Amino acid sequence: MSLVKMIPTYLYTRYERFWHWLQMLLIALLLITGLEVHGLYTFIGFQSAVRIHNIAGITWLVAFTFFVFWIFTTGEWKQYIPTTRKMLDVILYYAYGIFKGQPHPVPKRKDAKHNPLQRLTYLSLAAFLLPLQMASGFLYWQYNSWSAWGLDFLSLEWVAVIHTVLAFAILQFLIIHVYMTTTGHTVTAHLKAMITGWESVEEGVEIESWERAKARLKTEG
Amino acid sequence: MQPRQLIRGALKTLLTAGFFILGILSTGHAAETADTDEAPGRVMARQAIREKEHWNTTDHAMHPALQQNFTSGAEITAACLSCHNEAENQFHRSIHWTWKADDSPEGAEHGKAGLSVNNFCISANRMKDKGCLSCHPGWNGVEDGINCLACHGRKKINFKEAFEDYAYFMETGDEESLQMATDIQKDIHEAVVTIGNPERENCGTCHFYGGGGDGVKHGDLDSAMAKPLKTLDVHMGIDGQNFTCVRCHTTRLHKIAGRVYTAPAASDRKSLIEDDLTTKITCESCHTATPHKTVSKANDHTDRVACQSCHIPYFARVNPTKMSWDWSKAGDRKDGKAYTIKGPLGKETYMSIKGEMVWEKNVKPEYFWYNGSIRSITAKDVIDPILTIAVSQPEGSRDDRNARIYPFKVHHGNQPYDKINKTLLAPLLSGPNGYFTLMDWKKSLTLGMEAIGLPYSGQFDFVKTTYVFPTTHMVAPKENVVSCMECHQREDSRLVNLAGFYMPGRDRVKAVDIIGWLVIMASIVGVSLHGLGRIFTNGKRKEG
Repeated sequence: MSLVKMIPTYLYTRYERFWHWLQMLLIALLLITGLEVHGLYTFIGFQSAVRIHNIAGITWLVAFTFFVFWIFTTGEWKQYIPTTRKMLDVILYYAYGIFKGQPHPVPKRKDAKHNPLQRLTYLSLAAFLLPLQMASGFLYWQYNSWSAWGLDFLSLEWVAVIHTVLAFAILQFLIIHVYMTTTGHTVTAHLKAMITGWESVEEGVEIESWERAKARLKTEG
Repeated sequence: MQPRQLIRGALKTLLTAGFFILGILSTGHAAETADTDEAPGRVMARQAIREKEHWNTTDHAMHPALQQNFTSGAEITAACLSCHNEAENQFHRSIHWTWKADDSPEGAEHGKAGLSVNNFCISANRMKDKGCLSCHPGWNGVEDGINCLACHGRKKINFKEAFEDYAYFMETGDEESLQMATDIQKDIHEAVVTIGNPERENCGTCHFYGGGGDGVKHGDLDSAMAKPLKTLDVHMGIDGQNFTCVRCHTTRLHKIAGRVYTAPAASDRKSLIEDDLTTKITCESCHTATPHKTVSKANDHTDRVACQSCHIPYFARVNPTKMSWDWSKAGDRKDGKAYTIKGPLGKETYMSIKGEMVWEKNVKPEYFWYNGSIRSITAKDVIDPILTIAVSQPEGSRDDRNARIYPFKVHHGNQPYDKINKTLLAPLLSGPNGYFTLMDWKKSLTLGMEAIGLPYSGQFDFVKTTYVFPTTHMVAPKENVVSCMECHQREDSRLVNLAGFYMPGRDRVKAVDIIGWLVIMASIVGVSLHGLGRIFTNGKRKEG
């Protein structure tokens, strides 16, 4: 196998990195306080946990609307279009190739940041899971306004159950996501990229047109 | 200097100055709002009680009607009524006098003078148990008319003795005796003219000692409430607002607000803002329904949780209160005599004439849905002696929009019932033939049931009972309120017995939690194995 030259590439803009770490901070706060409100442990006390949970939740909701605005105005949403192409290759890579030291079948590029597996995961997160979690959290928070809003048919227990199930899903994502950051060409490569914006990607790898978010934008435009 | 530079410099200076001024203004503003940054409910209540000085247009010491020698209680009352000529009519219609609840449900006769029973001294035997009458606000119980001074007198003397002594000395008639008689009459006169609205001691004479002793009945009313500190009662504290009872227990036609047995103390939740003539009997009268700061989650609780639930963390915080009374243990004798055992709290834990008792201090209340009414059974109601009988219980449920979660003292009893008729029995306790004297159940039960006019089969046994008291006094300072967590927690929640609703922190769907944590653990195991696999296969990408 010949040596591949690694080219430093600017993958994540300042806003993307800010959004990522802000979201990480908020999710961490929400999980820690949320599990306390759920009665798992006593850490900062129920009252403080509720207060911080509410503030963090509302902050997330507001920040998320900015993210939605950003993703549509920049066309970055196209990075999230799901595809089955090379999906099997990616799955096989993580199940087998990674142990053999084989190259990733869908390397990162500025205009193709996500592999098919990531696309599917992030789309389900950003389009369904997180909005649903925010919606259920918002309803939970506004329990006392339900009758004024004509939402009396809702049951707090069901809203709480949905909120808890989604919290478990997010926690599970977090565990796998953090682990996956170690699978770059070095253990900390992905982490560094999300801090500095720069990641070394292999030189000369051809990006197929379907992978390109920007390319599509152009042809459509 | 170039003109452009000049302009830029000037702008900079202006901006700096602007920020500086803004800074000062905002700190000034902050200082100004600091003292108004208080819960609106407190501000409201402070305004409601601003006029503290009670003023009067009469000095009773100057009234000619009171310038006479009084030889009996009835004469004092007659003197009062010579001016207050409607007072007796009004008072005769009040439950304080009749001891009968005029709002009793169909066919029932509630009240001490009716068929009501409890699990303390059980019954007043239609006012025929003379021991109970020491609390009746008349001269000699009910015989010699109303006693205005029981509630309005501020100087306590033993009138019975005073009248007897006065009569004796007057009859003796020598100079020394007449002097003594004059002195006694001076004392009586002083007691008669030293009057006013009822003080804490007036109400407390009976209400602190209900059930035959200090703190026996109510967990939130005992002699400590005569001169409480703010820590015991934030409103009545002599080191604070120094409220008397009638500050909240407002009165119309001698009917005093706050009775909660057959009907709620207040039928609607109105504050003085909504209705300036409303009673002041509820917390909300002065504090409104949303008394906490706007952002406080506590305001969201007031629709279903009574103020008392959080603001009275424990009752009986100074003096102990009786928590249970087992009449079945009564009657034991030592050397043929009745005896008494005192417990660690300095209270009787056993009395031959009463049975076994449990006293407690700093008691955590029990919580129930409560719409302001208490449902009680009387000596007429048929019971199932296999069960624990709720002699009284709070009415209301979660589905009742008028019900809120409310703290209670629950007193447990074991008391006699009729094995054949299946009713609770009302023994006669005081007097020469009462149980306290003879310790003879057969006799006291027969006499007691005769007194209330209900049948008694002659066969009795004991049945376990409960009796409830709403806890509403002994409101603690805000630093000592029940914390959110004391209810919102999985184990030991104060509301552990209240079901039918989802409460964050206390409740969960167990299956969801179990599956959730299994998934989380599987994920951790999965990524760990994957990572170990990468280390062992040394699957480092072959690159430069």
